[in-house]
Amino acid sequence: MFENLTDKFERAFKVLKGHGQISEINVAETLKEVRKALLDADVNFKTAKEFTNTVKEKALGRDVLTTVSPGQLMTKICHEELVELMGGNEVEINLKGNPGIVLMSGLQGSGKTTFTGKLGNYLKTKKGKKVLLVACDVYRPAAIDQLHVLGEQLSIDVYSNKEEKNPVKIAQDAIVHARSNGFNVVIVDTAGRLAIDEQMMDEIARVKEAINPSETLFVVDSMTGQDAVNTAKAFNEKINFDGVVLTKLDGDTRGGAALTIKTVVDKPIKFVGTGEKMDALDVFYPKRMADRILGMGDVVSLVELAQEHYNEEEARKLQKKISKDQFDFNDFLAQLQQVKKMGNVKDLMGMIPGMGKAMKDVEIKDDAFKHLEAIITSMTPHERANPGLINVQRKNRIAAGSGTNIQEVNKLMKQFEDTKKMMKMMSNPKNMMQMMKQMKNMPGGMPGM
Amino acid sequence: MAFFGWFSKEKKEDLDKGLEKTKQSFFSKIARVLVGKSKVDSEVLDNLEEILISSDVGVETTLKIIERIEARVSRDKVLGTDELNNVLREEIAALLEENNALNLNGFDLPKHDGNPHVIMVVGVNGVGKTTTIGKLAHQFKKANQKVVLGAADTFRAAAVDQLIIWSERVGVPIVQQGMGADPASVAFDALQSAKAQNADVVIIDTAGRLHNKINLMNELGKIKRVMEKVIPGAPHEILLVLDGSTGQNAFEQAKQFSLATDINALAITKLDGTAKGGVVIGISDQMKIPVKYIGIGEGIDDLQIFDKNQFVDSLFS
Repeated sequence: MFENLTDKFERAFKVLKGHGQISEINVAETLKEVRKALLDADVNFKTAKEFTNTVKEKALGRDVLTTVSPGQLMTKICHEELVELMGGNEVEINLKGNPGIVLMSGLQGSGKTTFTGKLGNYLKTKKGKKVLLVACDVYRPAAIDQLHVLGEQLSIDVYSNKEEKNPVKIAQDAIVHARSNGFNVVIVDTAGRLAIDEQMMDEIARVKEAINPSETLFVVDSMTGQDAVNTAKAFNEKINFDGVVLTKLDGDTRGGAALTIKTVVDKPIKFVGTGEKMDALDVFYPKRMADRILGMGDVVSLVELAQEHYNEEEARKLQKKISKDQFDFNDFLAQLQQVKKMGNVKDLMGMIPGMGKAMKDVEIKDDAFKHLEAIITSMTPHERANPGLINVQRKNRIAAGSGTNIQEVNKLMKQFEDTKKMMKMMSNPKNMMQMMKQMKNMPGGMPGM
Repeated sequence: MAFFGWFSKEKKEDLDKGLEKTKQSFFSKIARVLVGKSKVDSEVLDNLEEILISSDVGVETTLKIIERIEARVSRDKVLGTDELNNVLREEIAALLEENNALNLNGFDLPKHDGNPHVIMVVGVNGVGKTTTIGKLAHQFKKANQKVVLGAADTFRAAAVDQLIIWSERVGVPIVQQGMGADPASVAFDALQSAKAQNADVVIIDTAGRLHNKINLMNELGKIKRVMEKVIPGAPHEILLVLDGSTGQNAFEQAKQFSLATDINALAITKLDGTAKGGVVIGISDQMKIPVKYIGIGEGIDDLQIFDKNQFVDSLFS
C-alpha cells in the first residue's frame, strides 16, 4: 500500500542529505520532487500545490534546528502536513436510530455492493448488530443476486423486491420490514451512477430524503484519477454524505484520492477496503496512513491484528509446554494455522517498519504453508506428539503420504527444531533482550528517526 | 472528411455527446488561460501544464506536449494564442498517431482457418468488463457475426448471472458452469462449443483481479494455455479493460497485465462520465498497445471502435 509514494519521498529527501541547513534553493529542489510524487500518485493538482507551499513555509521557518538533519526535518513536516490533510482525528460510523440506517452511494464499479457485504459482516461480528442488507440497485444485471449471494455467505438477511422498480419504495419497505423484525442496522446498497447524470442523482437524493439515514457513505475507488475531486464534490452537493469509503487499497502504490478528498469536501474517510475477502475491511486512521506513506510502517495495525487472533488460553498452555521442552508437531501446526489466520503474510510484513520497501518485489504465496501442513498431517498422532520417533523409514512414509519428498520432510524437521529453540530462548526475558539488541544491529533494520 | 472512415454521422454525434463534458471543461479552461494574452508565454505554458495534468494525461506525457510546444514557440519565434488550439490539436494527434494502430473496419473479424476468433477480456475489479462484453456481443451480432460468450468469472458473486442476463438481452448463446467452477475449464468448454457451432467469435469473461496479485495473474496464463489446446493461436485478442476515470494507476495496470499475458488491445470505459478522457492520450503515448474500443455511455450501443482522428476531432472541433 502506497509503497511507490514512500519510495519517491525517500528519493526526494535524499536530495537533501548532505546539506546542513534548509535553504530556499535545496528546499525548492526537494519540493519539486515531492510535488511530482504527489501528482504521480493522483493527488489533485491544486492540493499538491497547496501542500508543497505549506511545507515550504514551515520548512523555511524552522531552518535553525541543528540537531536534526534537513531530511529528517522535512520528513517530519511532510508527515504533519499529510496527517492534517487526511483528516486529523478518526470519526466513527453513526448508527443512531432504531434501526440505524446506512446509505451507500458512488460511481459504477467503485465496489459498493462488495463493501455493503463487508460492512454488514463488520457490524455483525465486531459490533454484535442484527443487520439487514437492502438491494436497491434495480439497474445493473444481477446486482440484486450479487447481494443475495453475499448475504448467504455471511448469514446476513437481505431484503429485495424484484417486482418493484422504484428504489425509493424498496428502501422504505425495507425499513418497515427491519422495524417489525427487530433489525438494528439497515444497509442500503444503491446503483452506481455518474455525477453528471441528473436523473440518477435526483433519484439517490430522493432515497436519502425518504429514509433519512444516520450515515451516508460515498464509496470511491482508490485508483481514481484527478476527477475524484469533481465526483466527490458533486455527490457531496447532492446528498451531503457523512463519510468516504476508499476501496481496492490492496492494489498498489496509489491513493492520491485519500490525500485529496478530505480537503476538498471536508468529509472524513471512514473505512478502507483491502481485499476480496469479506473481512478485508479496515477503519481509516489518517495518522497511520501518513506513517505508512513516509515509510514508518503501520505498527499499530499489526499489533491490533495480532491481538485479534491471539488466544490467551492457548498461549499460556504453549508457554508451559515450551518451558518443559514438550513443544511438539501439534503445537507447530497450531502455530502455522495461527499465522495463517492473521492473513496474507505479505500484508503483515508490509506493516513492519522498513519492511514495506523490501517486500515490494517479493511475493509470498497464500498457500506457502500448504506443504508444511501436508507433511505434518501425514504423521501419525503418536509421531506428532513424539517427534523424536521419526526415523528414516517413517520419514519416507510421511513423504509419500504428503506427496512431497524426503528432503522436504527433513527441511520441515529442521524448521521445527529451530522454532523450538527460538521459542525456548524467547520464553526467557533475558534472552529476549539479547535478541532485540541483535535485531537493532541488523543492517537496514529500523529506519533512523 | 475522408478519415471518418466507416463512422456514420450518427456515430459521430454519439461520440460528440459522450465527450461533451470533456470538451467543455477543456475549452473553458483553455479560454481562461488565454484571457488578456496575445501570445504564448511561460505563464500560458504553466497553465496548460495544469490543464493537461488535471485531465489525467499524466506528468510524462504532459511534459512531452509542453516541450513540443515550447520548441515550436522558439522555432516560430512567436506563437499567437489564437494558434494555440490548432497547435495543441496537432501535437496531441501526433502523439496518438505515433502509436501503431490496428487498422480496423468496424466489427469485422479476422479468419483463423475456419476457427472462431477468440477474445479474452481481462482487467482489475469494477472497470466494466462484463458490461463491455455485453456491448461487444451486441455490436458483433449487429454485424452478422455468430457470437458465443464464456462465463469464466466464476469468482465474484453473481457474475455468471450478470453475463447470462446480457446473453439473453443480446440474444447470443452462453457457456457457463456456474459459480466456483474452474475458469480454465469454462473457457475450454466455451471454445469447444463455439467450434462445434461454427461460431465467428467467442468472448471469454474473466474475474476482476488487481494486477499486484501474482497468483491471480498467473491464473490468466493457465486459462490462455487451455484455450490454445482447443484452437491453435487462441486467444487471438486479449483485451485489457481500463476504467477511464482511473488515474496514473492505469499505466501500472497495463504494464502488469502485459507482463502476465499478451495484452494486444485496450478498451477504455466510462468515458462519458469523467470530465477528462485525457488518460487515453497518455496511454496511447506510453503503451505500445493500441486502444481499440471506448465505452461512452450506459446504453447497449454505447461502445465504439476507437478512432484517433475522430477522438481528437471530437476534442477540438
